[in-house]
This record gives sequence, structure tokens and C-alpha cells, in this order.
Amino acid sequence: MKRRKVLFLFSFLVVTAFFFSMAAAIHPFGEPYISDMGRFLLEEAQLEADANNIVTAVVFDYRGFDTLGEATVLFTAVLAIAALFRRLAE
Amino acid sequence: MKSMSVIVRTITRLVYGFLLVFGLYVIAHGHLTPGGGFQGGAIVASGLALSLVAFGLSNLKGRVREGFLSAMESLGAISFISLALVGLGSTFFYNTLAGRGGLVFGERVLKGPNPGDMNTAGLIAPMNWAVGIKVLAGLGTVVYLMVLVGSLRDENEEETTGEGE
Repeated sequence: MKRRKVLFLFSFLVVTAFFFSMAAAIHPFGEPYISDMGRFLLEEAQLEADANNIVTAVVFDYRGFDTLGEATVLFTAVLAIAALFRRLAE
Repeated sequence: MKSMSVIVRTITRLVYGFLLVFGLYVIAHGHLTPGGGFQGGAIVASGLALSLVAFGLSNLKGRVREGFLSAMESLGAISFISLALVGLGSTFFYNTLAGRGGLVFGERVLKGPNPGDMNTAGLIAPMNWAVGIKVLAGLGTVVYLMVLVGSLRDENEEETTGEGE
């Protein structure tokens, strides 16, 4: 029992120290980090995808597969809920 | 599930149409303004959920049908995938309509900030509609089934306890 408490305390301290160090090293607010990919999308996507809304251009054009996967997840969720609740309704 | 109080029902009558119109607006302008298919579909589905919860299923019998919602969801999914297959000449999800200068969303976009044109973005706008229909039908089906089970439970309880109506 005591051993478990020591183990808990130790892991608690380690996780807390990790979180605090991460919070100290966090990127400063108001200075966005822009990667090469982000810069490309900001500068080129509007003309390349012919869309004013670059977010939608990324979601439906550059990363269409991601959206297809999201739609599949939603479809699976609806399917599961239908299977569960149909049985409850009977 | 029984209907809620007069206040809730009145406010729902007032807000319902606005919610549907706003959701469809968010879907239709997905390639110009913040939002898109998912967000607009969720707004429309929230309107559906509000009406289902406020009025109860028994007062809406016949207006919201599960078969119709399922068909709409399948239609959205199939049209989304077929719109992705349109670009298969180069790659899956390739935007063949963008910038072609055609009548169907083919207008070129100007560089930099501009007021925006509905007739741009190629396949993105139809895909927004497909995903929007799919999401609103899917979330609507979820809420409908939950309300259905709740109302059936209520009926069973009334029968067993013998309280009547």
C-alpha cells in the first residue's frame, strides 16, 4: 500500500514537472510559427485552388482524403447508433 | 418524449426557420466565408434537434422521417465520392472545374483580398453541398433515433403504471 502511494507520488511529480516545463517552453502568444507549407498555402493556394476561403480549399481540395475519412467516421457513428437504438426501440 | 413548455415551443417556432436558412447559407457560401459543409450541416441538424426536443416526436409524426434522412445521408456520401471521382483524370480529388472559365464555378479568383464571387472554386462548392447534406442527415438521424427511443420508453411506462394520458 505504501509502495503504491510512493509510486503514485513519484509519477504525479514527474508528470507535473513535465507539464510545467512544457508550459514554460510554450511558443509566445502573438508570434505565429509559419512553416514552409503554411507559407506556400498562404501565398499560392488562393490562385491555385481558385477559392477565396483557403481553409475550405485545404479541407476539400488539398486534403480531400481527410474529409472523406471524416465523412466515413460520421457514417460509422450513425450506423452504430442506428444499430444500437433500433434494438432498444423494439 | 412529450413536448416542452409553451415558452420553448414559441421560441422554437421563431428560431427554427432562421436556423435552417443560416445553416444552408453557411453550406452554400462554404468556399467564400468561414464555415463549410460540416459546419452548416451541423447548424441545420441543430435546428432539427431543437424542433424534435421542443415539440416531441408525436407532434411531428410524418414531418421527420427516418427513411428520408437515411436516403439523404447516402445521397450525400455517394455524391461526395462521385465528385471526387470526377478528377480521376489526374488524381482522386483533383479539382477539374477550378479556373476553367466555365459557367459552373469556373471563374478565376483575383490575388489578395477581394469581395469574392459565388461562381468560383470549382468542385469545392458542390462538395460542400454533398458533405452538408450528409452531415445534416447523419446528425438528424442520430437525434431522431434517440428521441424515438425516449418516446417509446415514455409510452411503455404509461402503459405499465396505468396512469393513462
